[in-house]
Amino acid sequence: MTNEKDATTLGVASERATLAALRKRPRIKETLIQAFLFVCGALSILITIGIVYELGKESALFFTRKQWEQTNKAIAWDMDAGGTTVDVTTSGAALRVDDLILLNQEMMRVVSIEGTRLTVERGIDGTVSMAHSKDTPIQVATEVTLREFFGTTEWNPQIGRFGIWALVNATMMTSLIALAVALPLGLSVAIYLSEYASEKARATLKPILEVLAGVPTVVYGYFALTFMTPLLRSIIGQDIVEVYNTASAGLVMGILILPIVSSMSEDALSAVPNSLREAAYGLGATKLETALKVVVPAAFSGIAAAFLVAASRAIGETMIVAVAAGAGPNFTFNPFRAAETMTGHIVRISGGDLSYNSLDYNSLFAIGLMLFFMTLGLNVVSQQIVKRFREVYE
Amino acid sequence: MDNGRIHTTKLDSWQDTNVTYAIEAQGLNVYYDNFRALKNVDLKIERHKVTAIIGPSGCGKSTVLRAFNRMNELFRSARTEGRVLFNGLDIYHDQIDPVEVRRHIGMVFQKPNPFPKSIYENVAWGARIHGYRGNMDDLVYQALTQAALWDEVKDKLGQSGLSLSGGQQQRLCIARTIATQPEIILMDEPASALDPIATLRIEELMRELTNNYTIIVVTHNMQQAGRVSDNTAFFSLDETDRAGVLIEYGPTLRIFSNPASKMTEDYITGRFG
Amino acid sequence: MSGDRGPMAGTRLTRRYKVAALWRNVFRASTVVGIIVLGLLLINIANSAFGYVAVTNRVDPGDLVAEDRALEDLDHAELVAILEVNISKGLFRKLANEKPFAERERAEVLGLIYENVVKPEVAKQWTLLESITKRSEIVAEATTAYPSATLRFESWLDVAFITSPQSSDAVKAGIRTALLGSLWTIAIAIVFAFPIGVGAAIYLEEYADHARPAARAINQVIQTNISNLAGVPSIIYGILGLAVFVRVLEPLTSGAIFGLTDSTTANGRTIISAGLTLGLLILPLIIINSQEAIRAVPNSLREAAFGLGATRWQTVWSHVLPNAMPGILTGTILSVSRAMGETAPLVVVGASTYITADPSEPFSKFTTLPIQIYQWTTRPQDVFRNIAAAAIIALLMLLLSMNGVAIVLRNRFSKRT
Ligand SMILES: Nc1ncnc2c1ncn2[C@@H]1O[C@H](COP(=O)(O)OP(=O)(O)O)[C@@H](O)[C@H]1O
Ligand SMILES: [Mg+2]
Repeated sequence: MTNEKDATTLGVASERATLAALRKRPRIKETLIQAFLFVCGALSILITIGIVYELGKESALFFTRKQWEQTNKAIAWDMDAGGTTVDVTTSGAALRVDDLILLNQEMMRVVSIEGTRLTVERGIDGTVSMAHSKDTPIQVATEVTLREFFGTTEWNPQIGRFGIWALVNATMMTSLIALAVALPLGLSVAIYLSEYASEKARATLKPILEVLAGVPTVVYGYFALTFMTPLLRSIIGQDIVEVYNTASAGLVMGILILPIVSSMSEDALSAVPNSLREAAYGLGATKLETALKVVVPAAFSGIAAAFLVAASRAIGETMIVAVAAGAGPNFTFNPFRAAETMTGHIVRISGGDLSYNSLDYNSLFAIGLMLFFMTLGLNVVSQQIVKRFREVYE
Repeated sequence: MDNGRIHTTKLDSWQDTNVTYAIEAQGLNVYYDNFRALKNVDLKIERHKVTAIIGPSGCGKSTVLRAFNRMNELFRSARTEGRVLFNGLDIYHDQIDPVEVRRHIGMVFQKPNPFPKSIYENVAWGARIHGYRGNMDDLVYQALTQAALWDEVKDKLGQSGLSLSGGQQQRLCIARTIATQPEIILMDEPASALDPIATLRIEELMRELTNNYTIIVVTHNMQQAGRVSDNTAFFSLDETDRAGVLIEYGPTLRIFSNPASKMTEDYITGRFG
Repeated sequence: MSGDRGPMAGTRLTRRYKVAALWRNVFRASTVVGIIVLGLLLINIANSAFGYVAVTNRVDPGDLVAEDRALEDLDHAELVAILEVNISKGLFRKLANEKPFAERERAEVLGLIYENVVKPEVAKQWTLLESITKRSEIVAEATTAYPSATLRFESWLDVAFITSPQSSDAVKAGIRTALLGSLWTIAIAIVFAFPIGVGAAIYLEEYADHARPAARAINQVIQTNISNLAGVPSIIYGILGLAVFVRVLEPLTSGAIFGLTDSTTANGRTIISAGLTLGLLILPLIIINSQEAIRAVPNSLREAAFGLGATRWQTVWSHVLPNAMPGILTGTILSVSRAMGETAPLVVVGASTYITADPSEPFSKFTTLPIQIYQWTTRPQDVFRNIAAAAIIALLMLLLSMNGVAIVLRNRFSKRT
């Protein structure tokens, strides 16, 4: 091979490259490295699949897991291991065809009902048919239905109430308060930094605002509880504002997402070509008129994207609400009362020693799935907007 | 990697080709996405000569140069058709390794681009990755000497290649290419970023290098083409589809004194381009 | 417009300018608000982390010794004697069994006296602002309301606070356990996410094939997916970590498979589960930052290397990576400092509420600094707020120094190119 020539031959005409020298050769190391790098890239897909799969699987269990509820009915005679009819007492909740019932350890399905007489299918779900004595209480299976989940407003796992709106409502309350703070403030900051501030002011102000984004959220939680809440209580009244409340959490969360709104909006404003501003000045517009009537509308999609990302961040934010918003689901529109958000609830119930085969454990995933889709939806829409925005100016 | 190239050549076609040429383009077309940048180029480059490629900007000079060592493939949109025979082998054949091609056909770029490493490392790196097992110090010495740079840098081999002047950087890039022992050196406007004195040194160097290498140089400087090259290829844009086409090719003396095409004459005399 | 000439136009213009000035001030005020809040945040923390405290002792140290001497002046034997007469025989025997008194340092014995006999308790604490502005009132209040108490200026953040393990007693509690837990989890997160993240970035920037439609589609999906993952709330990663690392991989993450723990008590709520969860969390951030750094490497370097006949990996390894590395490291540090402050996912993964033993291996139970802050903040007793504030300062200092390193790296980087 040419590369093994002695150095002194470097001055002499090179050998002609032959087919052997140029022929494609297996480069095993290159192939392995490329494969490894591809796997690294593809791993992110695996993570997403993992998230969706785990959340979906456990959520499915949440909606299919049977809970046994007392009917206050009992069987009116002794049953042997083989009989398929039985009379029941008239007291208690009514049974329906296809209900699953539980007597002692045995599960049965109700096939038909005639007055107080049930016809049942014995030994359902692998349970063993056995004899039951008179007065054995009947339990009936209930499941969390999607209708209950999305249609009710009480979340109280102890008594089997799973209405997600109690949690979603609190999440909406804190997020909306946060956005009400962060959007006007953030946009104002962005306009100031991009249209008014001198280069020097910008260079000092921007990093300071970025510090706000770098403070861990648990510190904001501390701030909400030890500063914002006492402040609200002293201004508005101790008996109106509870110690834990969504207003305090929301306000502080607004400060947390302020840098997101301001920096993304500022990027959008700075991307507006200067020719537009000059055109407006040329028509005799003041700086304010230029900023508000020309630059902001031109950057609108970028600003909208910033708002959506901020909203997504607010919905997923956890520690502030876990510390300051309250520990107990509460369907209320009063911002001064305690209410637990979706994220706050997840943190609280997973904090204890959670058993894997419980409805609580499954509910965590159902809430998580909902949270995932809410935030993903906002992020995707925002990305779409940014993409379109880019196409306009490039 | 092959970027969807349409392929027809048999690998052993070299047997019926004249191997006296260093490299030869046959029916070469290069596309960037749907834009054809180069149309039906046939070009035979003689060994141990300097061949200049001239033409107005955007006519595909760089494209044809990069087609000679498969550098175009590094652009994601590029696609090549036709054949480029190197020692009779079609370098675009499936069986040919583009990495090996580039190693035998080196390239020097318009803007000097030394690695941000020491001068020594700049020269040694290429040889090292090709498994060079001789005395590296000797190789570096030889390469720098051939590139007429040794005397200027011999006391500061450990310094960054970026610390050199523009002209020195370009000669370092040439030395770096020489050290991998190529047969052909492609140069894309190698002196366009340099001052006149540095340009002169590069031109002298090109002449010297023809003892050992075949050189193809793109230039927009007519005097330079006239001074350094043995043969000249004049490219221009096709009026209809803006694709680069080869207008005229021959000995530099003839092209400059007696161009066959009106277009060439206009270009050489500075009437357009 | 032309019809507005004359005096009318003048007043209109002044009004327009007035409005403009007003809004300008609104915009500026908004910016100032952001900065004021940051100031308030810091002041609020410092306010709790330092200040006067009134400490009452169950037994006054002065009562333990003769009139003319102080507890601190006594020698080892005298201290042991005092301890022996003031605590129950059972406790004394227990302490002696743990470690004979002869082997204990004098300071250690003194500590035991404070812990078991003197038992100092914080009766009341004042904020830093109060301590500075109302010093005389505090002294007055302390002498009337807590006559037996001693008043002293307490810095809740001190060396002892950083080096002491967790404790249920706020006065003695420290963040050593939590700090070590943070470092362990972060280290695991980096070891996991850095190579994979940089690898993925290299793949997407240098290798991804954009010519073939199928390959381009896959790469597009990967890229979009990564930016979406970066927006997933951190608590979702906690749930994923709980399901996968803690539950499914329990034999692995509890160390049972390596025979390190008894499989009957095996529990996946360990440092390694937490670290891997954080690793997943920062992976998309590292990828995105690394991609940016790699993209910033000038193409001329790649061309130079390819022109010499280098393979893609040779080009990447020798030229692209070394030149992108400062940028990659900066991005990684910033991502890691994000992970350092994360609380929610680790609570979900199952941080311990109370451990005093230093984490010693990846299969130890864990707590981290932010979790410690969370737990102390949510305690009802005020005194825990003080140590929460002290822990926050420690955390912020840690983050600040990490960001400092990142800034230095970035500056050095931008100077060179
Ligand atoms: N990487 C590329 N992608 C798309 N188009 C390109 C690329 N490189 C060159 N072109 C186009 O191909 C044509 C020829 O370019 P080039 O070979 O660089 O011309 P020259 O070197 O003669 O100035 C030009 O129209 C140019 O815009
Ligand atoms: Mg060119």
